[in-house]
Amino acid sequence: MAGGAAGAGDRRTERLLNLVIALLSTRTWLSKEQIRRAVPQYEDCATTEAFDRMFERDKEELRELGVPLVTGSASAWFDDEQGYRVDRDAYALPEVSFTAAELAVLSLAARVWAQASLAGPAARALTKLRALGVEVDEQSLIGVEPRVRTAEPAFEPLYAAARDRQRVTFTYRTAGTGDPARRSVQPWQVTSWHGHWYLVGHDLDRGAPRVFRLSRVEGAVRRSGPAGAYEVPDDVDGRAMIARVAAGARDGEPRTARLRLAGGAAGQLRLRARVPAASAGEAVEAEVTFTDVEELAATVAAAAPHAVALAPDDLREAVVRRLRGVLEAHA
Amino acid sequence: MRRPRPPVQPSAADRLSRLLAMVPWVLEHQGAPLEEVADRFGITTDQLVKDLELLFVCGTPGHLPDDLIEADWEGGRLHIGNAEAIARPLRLGIDEALALITGLRTLIDVPGFAGEQDREALTGALAKLTEAAGEAAHASRALSVDLTRDSAPDEGSEVLATAREALRHPAGRRRLRLHYLVPSRDETTERDVDPMRLLTVDGRWYLEGWCHRAGGVRMFRVDRIVTAEVLDADGTPPEQAVARDVDDGLFTPGEDDLVVTLELDAQARWLLEHVPVESVEELDEAGGQGRARVRLRTADDRWLRRLLLPLGGAAVVVDPPEVAEGLARAARTALEAHLAVTRAEQAPG
Repeated sequence: MAGGAAGAGDRRTERLLNLVIALLSTRTWLSKEQIRRAVPQYEDCATTEAFDRMFERDKEELRELGVPLVTGSASAWFDDEQGYRVDRDAYALPEVSFTAAELAVLSLAARVWAQASLAGPAARALTKLRALGVEVDEQSLIGVEPRVRTAEPAFEPLYAAARDRQRVTFTYRTAGTGDPARRSVQPWQVTSWHGHWYLVGHDLDRGAPRVFRLSRVEGAVRRSGPAGAYEVPDDVDGRAMIARVAAGARDGEPRTARLRLAGGAAGQLRLRARVPAASAGEAVEAEVTFTDVEELAATVAAAAPHAVALAPDDLREAVVRRLRGVLEAHA
Repeated sequence: MRRPRPPVQPSAADRLSRLLAMVPWVLEHQGAPLEEVADRFGITTDQLVKDLELLFVCGTPGHLPDDLIEADWEGGRLHIGNAEAIARPLRLGIDEALALITGLRTLIDVPGFAGEQDREALTGALAKLTEAAGEAAHASRALSVDLTRDSAPDEGSEVLATAREALRHPAGRRRLRLHYLVPSRDETTERDVDPMRLLTVDGRWYLEGWCHRAGGVRMFRVDRIVTAEVLDADGTPPEQAVARDVDDGLFTPGEDDLVVTLELDAQARWLLEHVPVESVEELDEAGGQGRARVRLRTADDRWLRRLLLPLGGAAVVVDPPEVAEGLARAARTALEAHLAVTRAEQAPG
């Protein structure tokens, strides 16, 4: 580590550690002035304003790490200055013991975030749990990298708002018209689905649940109003809502289609129909289950001319419509 | 082999968090070797010593010698004292709890990822973690990750579990025999592969490994692996097998690729978000979200055909003409086959 930068980092860590210890070991509420004197590193602050700013940041940082910082005042009768301390009963991790196999899957769970914005919290959580004692079963971690990315700038504010149940306002470009418009939403859930992030929430202007794709959010997300301002309905199924919107179709009852597949071809449909690998070279008739006729028609059309939809009729018609469209467009 | 990258510049928060976890552990394991402590907390012994040097200048207010934490590692064995205030491990923060809870749920949902034993570990870990997280777990529905794209919905697929078995085989890594479908060529091939890693890109699972048939590193989409079998053969990849950096996605156009020009209707514009294109030119006067002309590169016009056939004419190949003709030919042949089925059904009796 390079000298100057490491020094500043050390000093910051020292300050935070001394602050935690001071707030943990006090029996009474500590005023800001007492805290400023109790933590030597606050001497770096030339002015009260500078100290106030630094203390605000430090408080925020400790809360993010899980330190239960509480505020109150020594006397109920006087309008005393607010004091601080750490709630000692809430501070510690409850007694819990993980098996080696459980710690291994927790490591895998942390890896989901290795390339994403929660990488820091995930790694810190793992460190805390590893301190509980047992050894990790490293063997089962080899070569498994489940992961998600959070490239969209809207991820952090929308995740934080969903976590805190706080209303947001942002500019959104809809898929259809492409026109940007202001939207006010109570966020319920931020979900990664098929490699893209979505927000599911209650759209306050439309008075109904809506799905938003984070890559279509433009500019800053503004959080407003108090945290914990609304309840999330118990029966929200974010993924199902996103899947429906993405498919542009309503879920139907599962149906069965009959397809004719040419020999040595239409591999994707063979896989879906679970045609045995042994008969890959032969022409077959196969059955697949589907709910969305347009989705299956698209897959059959993609395999043209090696797949033919035999039944049902509406599937065949949907395939025919696509093929005719391609033919006419290239005439 | 590639390991997950460590954080580039550990923040003060990460370091503080580590100290607050390490001190209670050392208090319970006085005299532990430095190497063991460093290993457990995922740092080097140099970093550990830096942490300890920081510890013993901290303590309770007053900061007189008696107030400071004692840390001593003479002879390579670590002792910590006078640290009662931070003797218990700090609980999880809300983001920390949500990151791990969401990660576990994500893995539980992946069909065929976990064998019997893993499943027990996953559900056990989730239950204990949720309890340990306390109120931090209440917000856990705020975040979810779905890594089940294109997975078999009925958990019939054993491919992921088989690949994991090969990676962590007690006798050392095992070679896999795959039947693998290449949809752009619509052919299924048999390959022997030394597995390197299972990873997800854009919500989809891939197996990366040394393919003996190709003599190189290949990335296999798990949902296109028709069958996978663990062979009784060493599956250690050769020295020259280097994992690919996938952070910018998987698609890397080649110089020799065919350049194709397409015109997209408004309803085919979503292609722009799914396929890397070289250029986009708006064709509508208003310049909005109407028709667009795009150029893209492809190594294989069969891939392009499979992409465009489902679009029913919303995307038109402008150039080169032989690609347009190939597309039209496939559509015509398939259309005739479908119309023949319709005629046969309508024919009397």
